[in-house]
Amino acid sequence: MSSDSGVAVTPEVGDPFARVVPPPDPDRRPGGSYGSPEMIQILTPEGEFIEHPQYGRFLEDLTDDDLRGFYRDQVLIRRLDTEATALQRQGQLGLWASMLGQEAAQVGCGRAMRPQDYAFPGYREHGVAWCRGVDPLELVALFRGTNKGGWDPAEHNFHLFTIVIGNQVLLATGYAMGILLDGDVGTDDPERDTAVMAFFGDGATAQGDVNESFVFAAVHNAPIVFFCQNNQWAISEPNWRQTAIPLYKRASGFGFPGVQVDGNDVLATYAVTRAMLERARSGEGPAFIEAFTYRMGAHTTSDDPTKYRVSAEVEVWKHRDPIARLKVYLSRSGKADSAFFADVEAEADALAEKLRRETHAMPDPTPESMFDHAYSEPHAQVDRDRAEFRAYQEAFADVEGEQA
Amino acid sequence: MTKLTIAKAINAGLRRAMERDPKVVLCGEDIGTLGGVFRVTEHLQKDFGEDRVRDTPLAESGIMGTAIGLALRGYRPVVEIQFDGFVYPAFDQIVSQLAKLHHRSQGRVKLPVVVRIPMGGGIGAVEHHSESNEAYFAHTAGLKVVFCSNPEDAYWMVQQAIESDDPVILYEPKRRYHEKGEVDLDAQSAPRDLFGAHVLREGTDVTLACYGPMVKTCLDAATAAEDEGHSLEVIDLRSISPLDIDTLTASVAKTGRMVVVHEAATFLGVGAEVAAQVTERCFYQLEAPVLRVGGYNVPYPASKVEEDYLPDLDRVLAGVDRSLAY
Ligand SMILES: Cc1ncc(C[n+]2csc(CCOP(=O)(O)OP(=O)(O)O)c2C)c(N)n1
Ligand SMILES: [Mg+2]
Repeated sequence: MSSDSGVAVTPEVGDPFARVVPPPDPDRRPGGSYGSPEMIQILTPEGEFIEHPQYGRFLEDLTDDDLRGFYRDQVLIRRLDTEATALQRQGQLGLWASMLGQEAAQVGCGRAMRPQDYAFPGYREHGVAWCRGVDPLELVALFRGTNKGGWDPAEHNFHLFTIVIGNQVLLATGYAMGILLDGDVGTDDPERDTAVMAFFGDGATAQGDVNESFVFAAVHNAPIVFFCQNNQWAISEPNWRQTAIPLYKRASGFGFPGVQVDGNDVLATYAVTRAMLERARSGEGPAFIEAFTYRMGAHTTSDDPTKYRVSAEVEVWKHRDPIARLKVYLSRSGKADSAFFADVEAEADALAEKLRRETHAMPDPTPESMFDHAYSEPHAQVDRDRAEFRAYQEAFADVEGEQA
Repeated sequence: MTKLTIAKAINAGLRRAMERDPKVVLCGEDIGTLGGVFRVTEHLQKDFGEDRVRDTPLAESGIMGTAIGLALRGYRPVVEIQFDGFVYPAFDQIVSQLAKLHHRSQGRVKLPVVVRIPMGGGIGAVEHHSESNEAYFAHTAGLKVVFCSNPEDAYWMVQQAIESDDPVILYEPKRRYHEKGEVDLDAQSAPRDLFGAHVLREGTDVTLACYGPMVKTCLDAATAAEDEGHSLEVIDLRSISPLDIDTLTASVAKTGRMVVVHEAATFLGVGAEVAAQVTERCFYQLEAPVLRVGGYNVPYPASKVEEDYLPDLDRVLAGVDRSLAY
């Protein structure tokens, strides 16, 4: 894990006061250091498997099928993500927030969750949504402007996306406090013990909500894993605008462990997340995972990253691609053959085609549906406004009719 | 005269204020290298440096609270909130500190802080990017709340807001950011008071009172109504706190009818206050109750149906017809 100079230069271990320092010359940002020397990595960018003394045991029961599954998941969500970006370009979606480059981080932790665990995503967790069984079409519907979250959170134990940076992290913490009240931790019943995953980005770590979550989780010893995808950027602001120390080091100040993991390494991410989830489920309290990764694409389809970052940086990260390294590992170790890879490609093509077709066919909501669900009980003002709206629509239809 | 968009006009106004007063500093998310997500602060960091155009950490309460601290130290901070729906983390600092410190210090403390908020819908955005939350702030004594609706006002209002010794919330109609208009960049003083309403179009039958993004809608409606033989007077309120009630009552004295138009929900909105004040003052001159055309009492809807939520030309004209029918 070399420490070439650049964005988010990470200090050496051993110096607790070492800062994340801004690069001296903003025009020379080759791609940043690749995490701290403490970063957990099991699969190198070259696809080499390195035994890990502490976290290796969390991979022991994985079958070759599971490993191929990690690959399949990543390829499929990358294809879905690319397709959604294309759909936005074609005017089918208002916006799309691409997760390109963050597949391993999301599949690694998504697959480490148990069915009873609960996830609170931001707006970029398409891969986690996939792992939780949410239909990709539902994600598209949100970005299309058809609704604000069409899936049933309880069905998938996957909360709605949250766009307001940091808000969901407090909700996640409260949910975890509820699990604690229910006594659903530390029972040794693997079907019962439950933990929460809270997702947020590097930028979000500046928000009060996120820091308050750390405090609440710590003092209550809540069963929650804070999963921060450090993709190096918060729109145009690099890490060092948000933090003066590496993010994972913050955790200790709040009173729980913080681990930095190679977020482009699905095995390391899986192992570390599983370790921290098991810890939380057994009643040992919260943990913080910084998944060190990179936002390969624009912030969203509305963003133009050429305004603030150099392409050389993206080039550096291309060599750290999460899918490529797993493919190398699977082929070299004989765990997957070319037929398998071809099958996954074909499946991805079919999935993308289905998403495209279903998006084009997606009906618009009726205008009057805007009055639904503002409250669970009747509300006189909503009723009056709905009546006014209906009368207006009808009068308008009459006029149009006369004119036609 | 120079043709500028609203976004570029605000940029020019900020630049001029920064040139004039070294104490003016800008704080916000992505306002530096990127120039803001709407490019309103484009090139300002390059020209004024990172100390004066500050890319802040992603925390609105932090941005707001530290801006107040900077003001206490003698600076004149201009905060950019990235989108209307993201001002809420800063709400506490705005209503508890920004709005109250002058009063609490018996006038000793002045807080010349400007909070710029791109507001309103109609851009097909995802949730939290289309809100009209002006009533929260206008309801808070200690804050002044203004809206620009055209490039000339945008250019001057941002400068006047910065010059004001009181905290000013400046709302910018984001869907109009790219609309162009003439601005006299050589003029030495503002053409009108920051807090005065502006009669944009004179008329005799009905007064349309509006602000922000609805001004253009109302002007278009007035043009359309002319074809039907109705003469509409269009008043851009510009400031909703304070409210220039005299301009409104003078207009109603002439027309006898008023329709207030805004994107925010009508329920407990600015239109309700305007209607009450106008009715209290012009009861005997009114031919019809003051009517409101605005959003409905529901959360801002998904963008596929936002056009049905937002007042448009037809809904404004329907309001005019309702008023004329009395
Ligand atoms: C409270 C709030 N402020 C501002 C924004 C606008 N915004 C959307 S995403 C973003 C950057 C988020 O960066 P990060 O937390 O690193 O997550 P990433 O987008 O990189 O996944 C900002 C400023 C928002 N959504 N919510
Ligand atoms: Mg980020």
